[in-house]
Amino acid sequence: MYKLTVDNLHKNYGSHEVLKGVSLNAKPGDVISLIGASGSGKSTFLRCINFLETPNEGAMSLDNQPIRMVHDRHGMHVADAAELQRLRTRLAMVFQHFNLWSHMTVLDNITLAPRRVLGVSKKEAEQRARLYLDKVGLPSRVADQYPAFLSGGQQQRVAIARALSMEPDIMLFDEPTSALDPELVGEVLKVIQGLAEEGRTMIMVTHEMGFARKVSSQVLFLHQGRVEEQGTPEAVLGNPQSERLQQFLSGSLK
Amino acid sequence: MIELLQEYWQPFLYHDGRHITGLTMTLWLLSASIFFGFIMSIPLSIARVSSTAWVRWPVQFYTYLFRGTPLYIQLLICYTGIYSIAAVREQPVLDAFFRDAMNCTILAFALNTCAYTTEIFAGAIRNMHHGEVEAAKAYGLRGWKLYAYVIMPSALRRSLPYYSNEVILMLHSTTLAFTATVPDILKIARDANSATFLTFQSFGIAAAMYLAITFALVGLFRLAERRWLAFLGPAH
Amino acid sequence: MFENLLQILGLSGYSLKGFGPLLLQGTWMTVKLSVLSLLLSAMLGLIGAIAKLSGSAVLRVPAQLYTTLIRGVPDLVLMLLIFYSLQTWLTSLTTALGWDYIEIDPFNAGVITLGFIYGAYFTETFRGAIRAVPRGQLEAATGYGLTRIQRFRFVVFPQMMRFALPGIGNTWLVILKATALVSIIGLSDLVKAAQDAGKSTYQLFYFLLLAALVYLLIASVSNYLLRRLEVFYRAGFRESAR
Repeated sequence: MYKLTVDNLHKNYGSHEVLKGVSLNAKPGDVISLIGASGSGKSTFLRCINFLETPNEGAMSLDNQPIRMVHDRHGMHVADAAELQRLRTRLAMVFQHFNLWSHMTVLDNITLAPRRVLGVSKKEAEQRARLYLDKVGLPSRVADQYPAFLSGGQQQRVAIARALSMEPDIMLFDEPTSALDPELVGEVLKVIQGLAEEGRTMIMVTHEMGFARKVSSQVLFLHQGRVEEQGTPEAVLGNPQSERLQQFLSGSLK
Repeated sequence: MIELLQEYWQPFLYHDGRHITGLTMTLWLLSASIFFGFIMSIPLSIARVSSTAWVRWPVQFYTYLFRGTPLYIQLLICYTGIYSIAAVREQPVLDAFFRDAMNCTILAFALNTCAYTTEIFAGAIRNMHHGEVEAAKAYGLRGWKLYAYVIMPSALRRSLPYYSNEVILMLHSTTLAFTATVPDILKIARDANSATFLTFQSFGIAAAMYLAITFALVGLFRLAERRWLAFLGPAH
Repeated sequence: MFENLLQILGLSGYSLKGFGPLLLQGTWMTVKLSVLSLLLSAMLGLIGAIAKLSGSAVLRVPAQLYTTLIRGVPDLVLMLLIFYSLQTWLTSLTTALGWDYIEIDPFNAGVITLGFIYGAYFTETFRGAIRAVPRGQLEAATGYGLTRIQRFRFVVFPQMMRFALPGIGNTWLVILKATALVSIIGLSDLVKAAQDAGKSTYQLFYFLLLAALVYLLIASVSNYLLRRLEVFYRAGFRESAR
């Protein structure tokens, strides 16, 4: 029933505990927004899901299949390297700073992982690429350009197309609009909203409260490594119970 | 001057009746050294940035040794020093190899340029934008694929300006070849000088030839940069 | 003394076989040559950089020619060219001016040659470093009424050093290694000493290795000192947030 469950995740940097037992359950089609102040651990939590960060404790399962982990002195790792790779291909991440591969054209950026990791043929990968470029609202002539020649909003949309072309089960968004100029934020949010309306499963770390309210099915408010409040957007954002959440929301722009 | 040119134009350019000499020899030395040096430097530069100490240290020691000592000494060791060891002379394969002046010269040059090139590429790998590496990992790339498709193409491109410098310095270094009796441009210039005593003209011609090759190389690299560094952005 | 030390350590097989003084002499010659060439080339480089950055073409064009020609020709070729011609030119000059014959000894000729060659490289180093000094500082200095010389001495030069140090360090190491070539033009440096020692004792490999080690040692000490200098010139400067 659940697409993804994360159970009681702990992470510490040395003596500083960043995640103190964070859990999340995502049903297919869920759009979950993680909100909170800087340092609350929301980005760290997201990055633990695809193991860009190494958690110390916890459990995870994808499609009801638990992921086998091993512990060593650095933390908790996926037991099998091939399994980690498979896991990563089913989760696609969109980064705050886009992280497009600067030495490759847009087309190569989008087709690289499908071709080299999934083994998709060059022809099919390019077909997918053009399909998804169109979906994010970019003209096909962008395909042969280098990322440095595009605006921030265009680059982020390319990054979203890159994620889409992996045809992932779950999409992870790490503050996708935080690095954009204000006038470019809208075009990216529009694309993300379209994906949400399609019924994709998405987990998003964001500061855009109004947007979170509009598209999310669940909102989690993190504070100092713990989930303070969680529920529907109306409940969490419209009727905040805890004082800390109230303070946080009053400090936000929207 | 005219006589000098008439007498020596051929050896300066390619042939003195018995061997390849002059310009052709210089270009051959440069190409062979750069070729071997480049090929060896790719795996070495990856090792150089490895987090595993026992992989990194040998390479670090190698670059430290070959960048910290003069090429002339390295050449002397290869050409005269190694051959002076009895054990080398007694082993047939080694003996045949180190007997030949050309082998010793290219070996010394290749090892030297490889050391510098390894450091250049290692620096470029280290300077890789961290986010791009993260994205590659997040999308499932790992191991040799991570290096082959994301890290190395980026690092090699960004090394271009520094590598072009190294190639030109290598060109300059080939002038040492004559000390190992390899007949490059400088050797012919010295021969011309001892025969005619026209010092300024003999070495002047050699200088002019090197200048010309340098300009040609600079031009070639500029073209290469225009093509391969285009991704850096509109300001480029 | 060194021999005694080796005997104590049980390493007498690795002794210098009586060539210690010769090698030491060679090393000293190498160091002297390198340092003096460094000083000369640094001076020329500073002058060259100022000329290249100046507004007047009379200064700029020769400086540009200087750097392009010198850096486009191998240093060994230049060394042979200049070294052998230097005495001839000087003689022609003194004759033309009616002066007495001045003789340059090989060592000084070597210093002049190396200094002249690497002055071109230093020109580029200093040019880049001067340009890297933020313009605003110069403007403030001008606004407060400092003369050109004062501006250079108190504002440009100290700040330029911070940017120039890596380049100076690099060129210093290049000069150090370039001095190995002077044995080719007949100077008795470390390489020549090692070769002489090696050939007499039939242990050429061993002595060449020793010479290599000496260079390595000098290079390592230089690197250490350069790092200390870099720290000194960085005082008051904060690295931009990454």
